[in-house]
Amino acid sequence: MSTEPGRRPPTEVLSPQGQATLAAPVGPVLAGEKSTRRGDRIFSGLATGASVLLLVIIVLIALFLFWKAIPAFQANTVNFITEKNWFPDSTPSVWGIAAVAWGTVLSSILALIMSVPVAVGIALFIAHYAPRRMASGLGYVVDLLAAVPSVVYGLWGLYYLVPHMVGLTNYLADHFGWFPLFYVGPDGTTARRTMFNASVVLAVMILPIVAAVSREVFLQVPTSHIEGALALGATRWETMRMAVLPFGRSGVISASMLGLGRALGETIAIAMVLSTSYVVSLHILEPGGNTIAANIALQYGFAQSIGISALIASGLVLFFITLIVNMTARWIIGRRAAFSGAN
Amino acid sequence: MATESVTPGRRDSMGLSGATLPRWGIPAVIVATILLTAALVAWTPIQGTAGTVLTAAVTYLVLQTVASSVVEGRRRATDRFVTSLIVTAFVVGVAPLVSVLWTVVENGLELINQEFLTHSLRNIGPTETGGGIYHGIIGTLEQALMTSLISIPIALLVAVYLVEYGGGKRLARYVTFFVDVMTGIPSIVAGLFIFTVWILIFGFQRAGFPACLALAILMIPTVVRSTEEILRLVPNDLREASFALGVPRWRTILKVVVPTGLPGIVTGVMLGVARVIGETAPLLLLVGFTTNINWNLFSGPQATLPTIIYDQASRPSDAAVARAWGAALVLIIIVMILNFIARAIAGLTRVR
Repeated sequence: MSTEPGRRPPTEVLSPQGQATLAAPVGPVLAGEKSTRRGDRIFSGLATGASVLLLVIIVLIALFLFWKAIPAFQANTVNFITEKNWFPDSTPSVWGIAAVAWGTVLSSILALIMSVPVAVGIALFIAHYAPRRMASGLGYVVDLLAAVPSVVYGLWGLYYLVPHMVGLTNYLADHFGWFPLFYVGPDGTTARRTMFNASVVLAVMILPIVAAVSREVFLQVPTSHIEGALALGATRWETMRMAVLPFGRSGVISASMLGLGRALGETIAIAMVLSTSYVVSLHILEPGGNTIAANIALQYGFAQSIGISALIASGLVLFFITLIVNMTARWIIGRRAAFSGAN
Repeated sequence: MATESVTPGRRDSMGLSGATLPRWGIPAVIVATILLTAALVAWTPIQGTAGTVLTAAVTYLVLQTVASSVVEGRRRATDRFVTSLIVTAFVVGVAPLVSVLWTVVENGLELINQEFLTHSLRNIGPTETGGGIYHGIIGTLEQALMTSLISIPIALLVAVYLVEYGGGKRLARYVTFFVDVMTGIPSIVAGLFIFTVWILIFGFQRAGFPACLALAILMIPTVVRSTEEILRLVPNDLREASFALGVPRWRTILKVVVPTGLPGIVTGVMLGVARVIGETAPLLLLVGFTTNINWNLFSGPQATLPTIIYDQASRPSDAAVARAWGAALVLIIIVMILNFIARAIAGLTRVR
């Protein structure tokens, strides 16, 4: 079977010459064709116009954000990449994305490390381990959880998770304080609204997304591959390792990238859970830290004109970070489609 | 270790399959785990629920793997070990997710009554109880409707272009790629973009409508993706039959292709709405917040469920936080209903 029947333009069959790109009717023009052609032209014009509009929007986002960020760049008296503090409205204007960009990347990567192994476990369980009848219901539940709004995760994180993390946080600080991530300073007191807890909320949030996409990929593994492995006497794990995981690897990678993109751009859950400050620190159990998105949400209310402009500049940086992550994810998926065994 | 200990088991049974753990094997491992965990908790510093559960899990994994590798051999032991790990991952992953739903239902349910659903927060002090989220429900539903009105035509046209007109053109490839990329745009960036256009460049005031524009940027790509997939499933026979009757292409698309895929399209739209209805970040930038009822999308601040949750949760008062839980429950219920309708439509009427 060819890849996708729909991808072939439908008129190909009609056309005697076998032309592939045929928009206008073939053959002699019949009576009333004029209005028909006009209708076709209008409709295809509309469709093309809408598509072009989408591309224009993407370009405009970058252009407008850059345009409105210029005043802040001009007013800034320090290097905006290496500066940690955020006082764009004071004189002299001092602001930089070092702290917020660091926090964005750190929290997202921590969230990814925590959630991807668990998400792959969930996906494997639902796709290939759970009893059939249970599996469809579980898949449905995971899809539902992926739709729970982030503000709800923020609420849960602030009022349920953070109080329940105190024990674990203290344990980590007491026993693994030698490890830079869990270092809490000489007095050993841990904080509550920390980068660590924010990362855990992020991890829980992206868990259903990564799991749902990975599950879809695992379900697409050709039955013949699985049955082939089983027929060779492979155990279930060997089947997973030989047939399912190699097939699903790029899918899992791109699912993780999607989760990473979601985590990088998450605003409200971080703004609720994290008690923010502009520091660059690896010590995630200590208070403080900030992310680009949370900083925008929390600061824009107090910001004057240069402040707004600086927030827009940081938004532009976030836009490019997520753009790169998403493009990488798509590139990985695209590469896989070319030589996958599915077709 | 594996090879020498496997042999006796293998020799005994001359069947096709190797030796397996006897029926009482796993129950025995469980009993041993319980005993060992109890001993460890009694005689070592391990304590607390978390510590006990963790010890039990590790003990079980070790005992099971050892027993299995002694009786069944290395391959079966690995298989059992990984199966246990995967089940553990599932439980570990689902626990916080269930906890999210459970805490929202538990804390929100006591708030839900007629007053909560039919009153606004007007003249309710931050520490007072009472009041409700009527103004937020209005805002959320109005904005969801307006966002759909903006997104659906554009998204449908783009999907039609990709499936019916694009066919290998360079523009179609670019659009497909950037629609995918657009699904990953952070909501705060979409909000900032509309903020620069609507407020900084045009100089308009904050209102519900610009928020709908920002939400549309988030919703369009998801609807394009799902619609595109559905339209590709519409059989070519239908299109060809229509062409053969002399029906022009655009009428074929509107009268044959789109109606055939309609249930799938509706499903995609519902899921798209469910995704943007809970967005908070762009609303903070573009709508502001009010405690009053505002039916007008085009002027004045408007409350929505997500911004109510955010606002009430950040107030240091039990009454306000309780209202945040109540609003969260209502929001989740709306999202679930949308999801449920979407799945029901998709399940009942599949594209043939």
